Amino acid sequence: MNNQKVVKVKTDADLLKIKKNHQERLNKYRYHILVCSGSGCISSNCDQVRDALLDAIKEQGLNEKVLVSATGCIGTCAIGPVMVVMPEGVFYSKLSPADIPQIVASHLVDGNIVTEKTYFDGKTGKYIPHLKDIDYFRNQVKIALRNCGNMDYASLEAYIGRDGYQALSKILSSMKPADVVAEIKKSGLRGRGGGGFPTGVKWEAGMNASGTEKYIVCNADEGDPGAFMDRSLLEGDPHSVIEGMMIAGYTIGANKGYVYVRAEYPLAVERLSNAIESARASGLLGTNILQSKFQFDLEIRIGAGAFVCGEETALMASIEGERGEPRQKPPFPFQKGLFGKPTIINNVETFANVPAIILKGGAWFADFGTSASKGTKVFALAGDINNTGILEVPMGVSLGDVVFDIGGGIPRNKRFKAAQTGGPSGGCITNQYLNTPVDYDSLIKLGAIMGSGGLIIMDEDTCMVDVAKYFLTFIQNESCGKCVPCREGTKRMLEIIERIPVKYSDDKDKKRDQLQRFKGVIHLQRLADVIRDTSLCGLGQSAPNPVLSGLRYFREEYDEHLFERKCEAKVCKELLTYEIDPEICNGCGVCLRKCPVEAIMGEKKQPHQIIQLQCTKCGMCFDSCRFEAIQVN
Amino acid sequence: MKEQVKHCACQCETDQEKLERIGQVIEEYKDKEGSLIQILHIAQGIYGYLPLSLQQFIAAKLDLPLSNVYGVASFYSFFSTTPRGENTIKVCLGTACYVRGGKKIVERLKNILGIEVGETTTDGKFTLEVMRCIGACGLAPAITINDQVFKQVNPDKLPALLEKYY
Repeated sequence: MNNQKVVKVKTDADLLKIKKNHQERLNKYRYHILVCSGSGCISSNCDQVRDALLDAIKEQGLNEKVLVSATGCIGTCAIGPVMVVMPEGVFYSKLSPADIPQIVASHLVDGNIVTEKTYFDGKTGKYIPHLKDIDYFRNQVKIALRNCGNMDYASLEAYIGRDGYQALSKILSSMKPADVVAEIKKSGLRGRGGGGFPTGVKWEAGMNASGTEKYIVCNADEGDPGAFMDRSLLEGDPHSVIEGMMIAGYTIGANKGYVYVRAEYPLAVERLSNAIESARASGLLGTNILQSKFQFDLEIRIGAGAFVCGEETALMASIEGERGEPRQKPPFPFQKGLFGKPTIINNVETFANVPAIILKGGAWFADFGTSASKGTKVFALAGDINNTGILEVPMGVSLGDVVFDIGGGIPRNKRFKAAQTGGPSGGCITNQYLNTPVDYDSLIKLGAIMGSGGLIIMDEDTCMVDVAKYFLTFIQNESCGKCVPCREGTKRMLEIIERIPVKYSDDKDKKRDQLQRFKGVIHLQRLADVIRDTSLCGLGQSAPNPVLSGLRYFREEYDEHLFERKCEAKVCKELLTYEIDPEICNGCGVCLRKCPVEAIMGEKKQPHQIIQLQCTKCGMCFDSCRFEAIQVN
Repeated sequence: MKEQVKHCACQCETDQEKLERIGQVIEEYKDKEGSLIQILHIAQGIYGYLPLSLQQFIAAKLDLPLSNVYGVASFYSFFSTTPRGENTIKVCLGTACYVRGGKKIVERLKNILGIEVGETTTDGKFTLEVMRCIGACGLAPAITINDQVFKQVNPDKLPALLEKYY
């Protein structure tokens, strides 16, 4: 967006000068428009909206008055493209290029907000123009996401203008590595990748590890399905991750860092490598950083599509160019990690928190959150929920607040069934636990985990047996195959689950099959225990969690599948029958034409029928019937 | 690096020329520790896929046993040892897309294209794959065609969507 000229940052004074210049530049403009350019909004064609905006501004001669910036994810992916008109904070959503001339003419020229293009609140049925009045934004506290969506993601000056690299300058000029460790310990920051290990303790171990060559690794292999916090951070504020890694490097005495990004995130890779380039060009990465003896450089390594590489030892194997198979611990990475050297590995979000902690102090950070889980956590809210997107809340808020206040509840007035946290390693949280505070320890008590922050909301139309099957299939595909319990055990578990909805072959088999299925489900628990106790890595150890959590909270649903042969959510195809209600069917013939297996017959304008033996239960007739004449039982 | 990963647009390049280009890339990366995966990414970008002969070529250039190269190429789902279609359709089956109907999209695409997941159509136009979460969960169900993300895909609109690629 901006004309990127190379700025040189050699001294602390340079940083302050750039910050001042940037702020002065912003102050010259009457309006600063932030157009979300996260992956989500890009697939909603935000580029066209931005171009239209620039054209309209030019046409109205507002170039001197209005600045347009492309920012990282603002958070509300489902209603993109979105933009915010600062300084008032007016939030426009679901934009199309055609809307822009009106907004420019009315809002930017005449000062009248175009209300009907602002945020629409489904709960109250009203338009809410200002960010500060919208529940989704009002209830958030942004620390890791402090810059995301608030500045031009590609501009180093903008980052410096928002106190960027000040924390680095502070530690290089006035803090010893031990001071940094003490500050991080004081903050109570715990690893945001899911494990929740205290970052300060980890860094201390790295600092004390012997060896001249050490490494810092950033884990951006965000493989949990349903999680996209790290992607948003890398796309929207890459410099804060770079700065966090530099601070870690200074603390443990490393001068080389690797960022391992999954190949599914091409945009994040592009923006991060541009940010690294500009930091390098400015002198912030390299030797004699800010006139100190500290030197540091970064390299990006792109993954190749293996979930297990999110596990730290597997990730390091992958950086080394090997198959991503986990290794035995101990030795722990801080003793013998990447290329056999002491290595500290943290998640993207953990690093993004670090500069803020150093600048504002550990005590400030520890003010947020609960006694054992400090600070804030970024969540990716998705699934059956009104406001899907990225949000950041203090640790310890209740799950209900996240789902119903910030998330805006469940669409189409459906009933909330469960929230899935922690991806394939996590579990479900049900209705009766909606008041549980979201922090590391409370979630473990419920048999779920915090995980990296993916929060999938499921409504009453979700079948928990099907969800268990989904996660086991996932684990089966992604198991690296190194150790038997995970490779074979999850396969056996999957077979048991897959058998549940299969049709009885005949009446004679019915009794025997029922018994087999029932015994299978009892075996699940035993298998799960063995897998958990004997797998080498975290992926294997946690692989049975989604099934166990399903059995714990939805046992009746399993029983219903087993004995009554019913799937209440109408998901398990084998257990369903499709029938046409002759009272309602008017013989329009749409289903007959749509049916891919010709299982529907009937005369025109006469009620149709489904031939059950031929029906594959694909559901196309159900989807296509406009008269709701097709019933699923 | 990111420029090189993109698919080669020039159809006229012969296999020999492609190999030469890959050879140059290997020279560039040779001294960097542990860059086999990055080399394979680029080689696949240039060649389209990683046939055994290409793996042998890379192994020889890097002075690695073929088993090593094959081990890595077969471990990661991004690498393909069979030729790919002109366009790659990837259907996201992350949890969010799954609960919002990603499975239906896969079924419908299988129907439309007449192939199974992982296969390429006989005319070489499309390869169908499933992916584990592309991080577009807010826009579920999502698919990508040649890395362009399409959001909230309606199975009924798939034929129209694919039309553009013929």
